[in-house]
Amino acid sequence: MLVKLIRQYSRPYLPYILAVLLFQLASTIATLYLPSLNAKIIDEGVAHGDTDYIWRTGAIMLAVALAQILTAIAAVYFGAKTAMAFGRDLRRSVFRKVSSFSAKEVNRFGAPTLITRGTNDVQQVQMLMLMGLNFMVSTPIMCIGGIIMAVREDLSLSWLVWVSVPVLVAVVGYLVVRLMPLFRSMQEKIDGINGVLREQIIGIRVVRAFVREPYEAKRFGSANQDLTNVSVKIGNLFVLMFPAIGMILHLSTAAVLWFGGQRVDSGDMQVGALTAFLQYLLQILIAVMMGTFMAMMIPRASVCADRIGEVLDVEPTIHDPESPVVPAQRRGHVEFRDVTFKYPGAEEPVLSNISFSAEPGQTLAIIGSTGAGKSTLVSLLPRLHDVASGQVLLDGVPVTELDRQEITKRVAAVPQKPYLFSGTIEHNLRFGKTDATDEELWEALETAQAKGFVAEKSAGLNRRIAQGGTNVSGGQRQRLCIARALVTKPKVYVFDDSFSALDVATDARLRRALKEKTRDATVIIVAQRVSTIADADQILVLDNGRIVDRGTHQELLETSPTYQEIVESQLTPEEVA
Amino acid sequence: MSGQTDGHNEQKRGWAARAEAVKAAKLDAAKVSAADEAALTSLPDGEDLEEEEYRPTEADGGMFGQMPAKKAKAFGPSAKRLMGLLKPEGPGVVLVIGLVVVSVVLNVIAPKVLGSAMDVIFGGIIGKQLPAGVTKEQFAEGLRQQGQDNFADMVGKMDLSNGIDFPKLTFLISIVLLMYFVANIFLWAQGYILNRIVMKVINRLRNDVQTKLNHLPLNYFDTRQRGDILSRVTNDVDNVQQGLQQAFAQLVSSVLTVLGIIVMMFIVSWELALIALIALPLSGIVAGVIGSKSQKLFAAQWKNTGALNGQIEESFSGHDLVKVFGRDADMLERFDERNEELYRASFGAQFVSGVIFPAMNFVSYLSYVGIAVVGGLRVASGSMSLGDATAFIQYSREFTQPLGQIAGMANMLQSGVASAERVFEFLDADEEVRENATGHLPARTDGHVEFKHVSFSYVKDRPLIEDLSFSAEPGHTVAIVGPTGAGKTTLVNLVMRFYELDAGRITLDGVDIMDLSRSELRSKVGMVLQDAWLFGGTIYDNIRYGNLDATEEQIMAAAKATYVDRFVRALPDGYQTVIDEEGNNVSAGEKQLITIARAFVSDPSLLILDEATSSVDTRTELLLQKAMAALRTDRTSFVIAHRLSTIRDADTILVMEEGKIVEQGNHTELLALEGAYYRLYRSQFAGEDAEEVAVDDSTAVHT
Repeated sequence: MLVKLIRQYSRPYLPYILAVLLFQLASTIATLYLPSLNAKIIDEGVAHGDTDYIWRTGAIMLAVALAQILTAIAAVYFGAKTAMAFGRDLRRSVFRKVSSFSAKEVNRFGAPTLITRGTNDVQQVQMLMLMGLNFMVSTPIMCIGGIIMAVREDLSLSWLVWVSVPVLVAVVGYLVVRLMPLFRSMQEKIDGINGVLREQIIGIRVVRAFVREPYEAKRFGSANQDLTNVSVKIGNLFVLMFPAIGMILHLSTAAVLWFGGQRVDSGDMQVGALTAFLQYLLQILIAVMMGTFMAMMIPRASVCADRIGEVLDVEPTIHDPESPVVPAQRRGHVEFRDVTFKYPGAEEPVLSNISFSAEPGQTLAIIGSTGAGKSTLVSLLPRLHDVASGQVLLDGVPVTELDRQEITKRVAAVPQKPYLFSGTIEHNLRFGKTDATDEELWEALETAQAKGFVAEKSAGLNRRIAQGGTNVSGGQRQRLCIARALVTKPKVYVFDDSFSALDVATDARLRRALKEKTRDATVIIVAQRVSTIADADQILVLDNGRIVDRGTHQELLETSPTYQEIVESQLTPEEVA
Repeated sequence: MSGQTDGHNEQKRGWAARAEAVKAAKLDAAKVSAADEAALTSLPDGEDLEEEEYRPTEADGGMFGQMPAKKAKAFGPSAKRLMGLLKPEGPGVVLVIGLVVVSVVLNVIAPKVLGSAMDVIFGGIIGKQLPAGVTKEQFAEGLRQQGQDNFADMVGKMDLSNGIDFPKLTFLISIVLLMYFVANIFLWAQGYILNRIVMKVINRLRNDVQTKLNHLPLNYFDTRQRGDILSRVTNDVDNVQQGLQQAFAQLVSSVLTVLGIIVMMFIVSWELALIALIALPLSGIVAGVIGSKSQKLFAAQWKNTGALNGQIEESFSGHDLVKVFGRDADMLERFDERNEELYRASFGAQFVSGVIFPAMNFVSYLSYVGIAVVGGLRVASGSMSLGDATAFIQYSREFTQPLGQIAGMANMLQSGVASAERVFEFLDADEEVRENATGHLPARTDGHVEFKHVSFSYVKDRPLIEDLSFSAEPGHTVAIVGPTGAGKTTLVNLVMRFYELDAGRITLDGVDIMDLSRSELRSKVGMVLQDAWLFGGTIYDNIRYGNLDATEEQIMAAAKATYVDRFVRALPDGYQTVIDEEGNNVSAGEKQLITIARAFVSDPSLLILDEATSSVDTRTELLLQKAMAALRTDRTSFVIAHRLSTIRDADTILVMEEGKIVEQGNHTELLALEGAYYRLYRSQFAGEDAEEVAVDDSTAVHT
């Protein structure tokens, strides 16, 4: 997957990548040329006492150094450009893909992991790309170049390269391979120990209430010991790394001097060539070592790439119809025809054989215990999910045959979990209708019983909202979400348990105000509280995914045992009577 | 600045790669704790809200990106105290420093010896050029006559031999190898010992943190952001570990190496040393200029990353809303804009920081060329040997590496000390009042609780509960009602001795709870909190948490009695279902049921239920209440609830307002009073205003 992603997303930047290669090559050649110039200073200049030659060669060296820095900077320029553009494109692809997902695909992954994949994982792959272009590319160039230059200086010493490079790779590779799983295990232990601490802090009252301090201390102690043990193990291996590398480098140096000395003595080699050879060998070894370290990034980036690939490979299950039906009328009539719905992988359907219809001007309420399928039912109307069988119709047309815009314009939903976006109150209220006037916003706030707390603060509509709306109380958040739906003035309102955080009095006032505003609209309310829905035109009692009873409050009080139980649990007998 | 040096920078890179591996995986944990932080910092007033600060991760900056180090408030004292942690390991630390010193000295001297080996080779070659039987002096004289004065000087000063003196060369190379061998062995040994020392110290620090956690008053946790405490005990401790492990070890050896090399350079040739030292401020300037520029660019990159990640987070979390309101296209557009901004910012940051490497290289090349030329001239004039010149080149190259490390380490050390300071602050926090357990509860506790003139305040001068007295009879159910902020939860927390009283006393079965050990008191009380909090573990383990000695039968019985069994049976893994961090696999109501089961299994004499069933749907609650009634029969219980059905059946209802009990009695009595309870009852259970309700909700419900 990593290779596939890199190939696919770097294709537009092929010229840049070629430029990187070219400049890296030039820069490497310059780097390699310096020792050979230095060798000439020794062999031609020093050995013959030719000071002019030394000066001239020095000037050339300076020019070469300048060329080296310029080409290196150019390589970095194109490398950074390519890697960052690569990351940008990949990130955009992930975002677009997830945007095309239906609720089903989002739920399959879960929002948190999608976020990690879209942010951290992309960054990891992008980083590999950057490091790859900046360093990994130069490793083979440096190796090959170094070998060529070294061989040019002295062919018969070149066996030193063939020996020392594999030894270095073997030693570094061995340690890296041994260390990688240990690092992973250390990370798990750190997560483990931090998890124990987190739990204790968040659950501190529970820990204290049950006098579990000694138990937690024991748990922590063993987690801590685990971590220490792994860390010591890692340390024991890790501290071998640099002495070992150092020894290999120094042994190579000594070998060059020793064997080179013999060749110099026999007149087969010049002294300058010897020093040059020495420097080449060191440069090759260092390049190889860097390459090996860089290679450590690959496994992790490849895990990230796989995770990204999983997202990109998903085909969204909900598509807009190719030739959408244009409805004859846009009144907001809702009908469910024998709808059955099942979550993927689940054995039992969440909803079975649901049929009902709701007329404009009517309020339809759905009540039932937790897990009865109420939220799933209302999520079918804005087409967050598609039914397994049956049909959901809006103004007589199945929602699957409508353009999404047709649905969003007519249906506004207030979700169970009131979610606000970061920004201002105004920005949130305009979410459904960007061109709403301030008057419209205030009107919606008034209906939603939110005008008071918004107007009370000097910032008013410009008051800042934190991500998710965590800086306003639950009840306020709910009312802002209701106002957001009201601003769009839809034909159909869906309130999914949207009044739960309100006290009864506010709830009553809100519903009264709402009633006037939604006179011509279809209102679908999911609720827990009987008082919220008692005046609905029709109440569906849902149990285990089936409609067990339907009717008005009065009718159900008389006929539905399930409804009676619910009412009984909430009100006193005198009140029910 | 990490990574700007040339390839010699192995050690740094290795650790950096490791640190990176650690950091990246840490991301997830950090994310969760950030969420906690966000949840807890939720300000009641949004106007003060600042843009959330984005914490950069290693992945954003890569190896060139320095994170802005958190600054310590008092660097000196904190650093001293951090070093103080190493004190118990004194002998080990001394040994480590000794090993480092020896290893550095050997490493610094070796190139000089290697240079001598080079001289032997060179001398042998020049010597060979001498015509047979001619001495060095005669040869030099001959050269002078040819006008080659320089060369003659050089040859005159040289130690010539006819052909390379191989025994001498062998000897020198062996010496060098031996030096390096010993140096590396010592390097390894110090690393080995230091690692153990640091891990021991960190292990101890972690244990101290854990112990401290148990001795802090709850007040500490109430008054601070949870995310802040979490990051002190987790991230900051990790940071201290890294600081000690990397910075401490490397700083010593880097500083010593720099000093050693400078000394050696001056010994070999002070003229060349000066050339090399000119490079020092030059590279400082280059690194400073580019570095500060890249810092700014990185800050911009982080800001943009934060903004973009924030948007990704929102779009994905609010995916349903985006669909429902048909905002996909706008979201994409905004994403593209921000993505483009991030691209520009990160390209700038990566490019400029990438330039540091070649630029520093260039500076080192300058000194390399300078040394090659001047050295060459001096060798040619005989005032320096070739071996010294090559040794010098090696010195000048090795010189820049530890310098770069010192800069990088300083940054790491700074952040390590800042973290240490934060950990120390945590460790220094005031602890709970020491226990003075002189009393014991009778073997059979009835659960008779009495409050006598109790006063309490969280913040001095802002009394919350004043002069409160009441008595809960054994076996009675006491319901506590009142508006938010009346002190209901505080009242029950005082029974648990989560907080210390300002005045008055609370007795359990006649014994002042101040005379009891906290553990004895709490083991008699079962508490179910409003915030149903479960541990990451199986449902079974979570129930067992209430009583670690409970048998499986007891746990099953508790689960059945609290209706946990009913929904657990429907889960694929049953009781072995693991409650995950997000808690997505069980609903809030189900979580509450599990916490009730947990209290159930602990079989307490006194039961405290603080909004224990707020998230349970009303039908389940009804069933649960029957079970709880059974649980409550021979126990005293305190119940805080907002549902009428729970309150109505209580033996005593305490109505609290502003920390005082304003009314006390049972449901009927209190209604008849038409006082605070009556008003509360009207507003909470029957709509705000009877008239309005009558007009609007003309249904049977609200008559």
